[in-house]
Amino acid sequence: MKGRAPLRRTPVPRNRVPFVLSLLALAAASGLSFVLVAPNRLVSGTGTMLADLPGGAGWLLAAPWTVLAGSAFLRPSRASRLAVACAAALALAMLAALAGAEAARQVDELSPLARVSLGGGSWLLLLIAWLAAADALQGLGLGPVARLLVHGAVLLPLLGLLLHGDLDSLALLKEYANRREAFHDAWARHLAIVLATLAPALLLGLPLGVVAARSERLAAIVFSVLNVIQTVPSIALFGLLIGPLAWLGSRFPDSGIRGIGMLPAVIALTLYALLPIVHGAASGLRQVPSGVIDAARGMGMTKGQLFWRIEAPLAVPVLLSGLRVTAVQVVGLAVVAALVGAGGFGALVFQGLAGSALDLVVLGVLPVVALALALDAALRALAARLEARS
Amino acid sequence: MRIAAKVADCARDPLAWALAALLFLALDMQALRPLFAAAFPALDRPLYEQEGFGALLLEHLGIVAAAGLAATGAGLAAGIAVTRAAGREFLPMVETVVSIGQTVPPVAVLAIAIPLIGFGQEPAILALALYGVLPVLRATIAGIDSVPAGMREAADGLGMRALQRLWFLELPLALPVILAGIRTSVVISIGTAAIASTAGARTLGSPILLGLSGFNTAYVIQGALMVGLLAVVADMAFERAGRQFDQRR
Amino acid sequence: MIEFEHVGKSFGDTTAVEDLCFTVPGGEFLALVGSSGSGKSTTLRMMNRLVDHDRGTIRFQGEDIRLRRPEDLRRRMGYAIQSIGLFPHWSVARNIATVPQLLGWPRARIEARVDELLAMLGLEPARFRNRRPRELSGGQMQRVGVARALAADPEVLLMDEPFGALDPVTRRSLQGEMARIHRASGKTIVLVTHDMEEALSLATRIMLMDQGRIVQDASPAQLQADPANDLVRSFLGRGPR
Repeated sequence: MKGRAPLRRTPVPRNRVPFVLSLLALAAASGLSFVLVAPNRLVSGTGTMLADLPGGAGWLLAAPWTVLAGSAFLRPSRASRLAVACAAALALAMLAALAGAEAARQVDELSPLARVSLGGGSWLLLLIAWLAAADALQGLGLGPVARLLVHGAVLLPLLGLLLHGDLDSLALLKEYANRREAFHDAWARHLAIVLATLAPALLLGLPLGVVAARSERLAAIVFSVLNVIQTVPSIALFGLLIGPLAWLGSRFPDSGIRGIGMLPAVIALTLYALLPIVHGAASGLRQVPSGVIDAARGMGMTKGQLFWRIEAPLAVPVLLSGLRVTAVQVVGLAVVAALVGAGGFGALVFQGLAGSALDLVVLGVLPVVALALALDAALRALAARLEARS
Repeated sequence: MRIAAKVADCARDPLAWALAALLFLALDMQALRPLFAAAFPALDRPLYEQEGFGALLLEHLGIVAAAGLAATGAGLAAGIAVTRAAGREFLPMVETVVSIGQTVPPVAVLAIAIPLIGFGQEPAILALALYGVLPVLRATIAGIDSVPAGMREAADGLGMRALQRLWFLELPLALPVILAGIRTSVVISIGTAAIASTAGARTLGSPILLGLSGFNTAYVIQGALMVGLLAVVADMAFERAGRQFDQRR
Repeated sequence: MIEFEHVGKSFGDTTAVEDLCFTVPGGEFLALVGSSGSGKSTTLRMMNRLVDHDRGTIRFQGEDIRLRRPEDLRRRMGYAIQSIGLFPHWSVARNIATVPQLLGWPRARIEARVDELLAMLGLEPARFRNRRPRELSGGQMQRVGVARALAADPEVLLMDEPFGALDPVTRRSLQGEMARIHRASGKTIVLVTHDMEEALSLATRIMLMDQGRIVQDASPAQLQADPANDLVRSFLGRGPR
């Protein structure tokens, strides 16, 4: 005397995220250009579709993508997830390899001045492959450090190709080759700006944070000032600093202070960096449970011991979170600093902008994004590791 | 007596002061000419006169408003979609995309849009809209997720349809957080729009960029003042509006 | 009024309820009693389709509940829960008026009904109509919760441990209200509780559940006179024989 059959909507497909990603990938591969070929740097390129690659090479990409599409219909398991991650890594590398090979062929055929850049389809496919890998790896339940390593591993084949020189004919790498020195200068400068900002920001921000945690009144003042600073757009703050610094420079000509250059940039960026750090320090200290503090005082700890042994360590996770936000923000804001002569990757970006050279712009943007993502991931892993230990 | 009290309140209000300063400078930057001339005696053009600051302000606001509307619409829609039962599956992926998106500096989005679309207002509006979606999307997700499960169950149990529950319960309760997201989005757009002058759009950033390339610090300061004031006014106005909504709780 | 025929529900690999067969006639005050995990809440929530059953058939007023939209079913039932779930951005009156407004009642009728319910639950209409939920005590909130559940005069009232979060005095008082409402209106009420005392004092029929099955289904008097097994006895506060 069984009742009616169980009411269950048949799941076709079972996992909607890989399914949607597969559809998007199909649309990108068939609808958008794979590479853009231009005879020289000044002219914009014409698109070549994936399907039009000589020898039908484009169809090779179908292999890893079939794995991805297939995973949409299977019950998710450890094996299927790892398979998708490997397929994604393979797809990333294959895509780059195909683009690199096509670029080399075009440069051979046309001229050494020819510019072959990745088309919209390629960028989208790269992003989709990464998202598919991230989606698959998320279900594995890895610890924070393991997660970081595995995500990095997905990029290894692609990085291998890059280092091996297989991608050198792409316009992006040609720009790099032409401006190797400028690139490394920008890299060093950008890093210098970030570090020169974070150090004083921490030196100023941590004590301010402690003060804000202790006194509500002072906290209100500190935060309202910092909030106003955060609201002012970066270009405006850089601009407003130029005047006073130029004046100082003219008064003390030997000090090396000038209105433009790294100094206004670092000062402005330090001011911006203060809010997340002060907020992180103050919240971190405030969330230490009062029971813990009571117990420590009851055991006879002095104020100093209480702070250094109990409060500070317990506040570190929240502080790290604030530091992470700060670091990512500063890396991004440092790009605008190039407008006031501070150098860094922004210089490449704005040069590319002025010359309508998209590849130069991308050459400046990619390292910034990579650096920001790397810092974000590393600090997240560190914070998670510390939390796991405590 | 009521009017006198209101005026006194206005006089104490920082938003009123900032707004007054902004409007004054927009309409009559000329009045400060002697000040700039004295501070920068070496410059023979201490005042930016290519366009009126009022016109620049309106252009700037136009771009920010257009982008802001698009960004808010898209962010709200995506945020609502991803918090429905059917869309939950996509939440981690969307959050990953948002995280990656937030590491790309807004300037970069602008810089990539320009070679693709050309010069003028369009790439600026597109770039601002694209980047502006992220804070709104994040805030919508956070706001809707903050509605307690018990309340959602009560609404379902009473017989509200999903759309009714969204309109009568989830959105009103999420509104303060969503407004905060829109506020962030708009303030960032104001800053990025200033840089959009590199794209050929006429904004309050034009004097700044002209000043930077021409070593005219006075121009830079005039432009920076306007942009800074505008951002501060917008931020305070949104905060005020947010507080109004919260009082209704 | 409500019929369960061989109803079963599983969540993944766990079976929540299995082979439930019972009928709730009109006017009954049924108490579903059991410890946590016994399946009593799941059973209640299957009645208004907040949970959809996997096996068997459930009928309301003779009609399979799967034939209509869930919202339409729920608007014919009242639903009150432990966490109450009053909407904080609406006044007390607006909260109570939720379902009548969804049903499109005329404004005058809604206002009259709100006042009637507030009075019925011992809250002075003039004082409480325009209050916000955050201005109410726990007991007052749950009274409003019950009023909201009764607003559209539903045929059935479903309650899931509604008094669990209240202090003993308030709980007593509200239990008295429920008994009074049942006597006066003759409504069918299904109450989920882990408190046997509450069930014994309020219900006309008690169903004790354990691990997803019905252990004993009887009136309070029968249950106390003739407990089916040791589990029932332990719920009644007596040791195993």
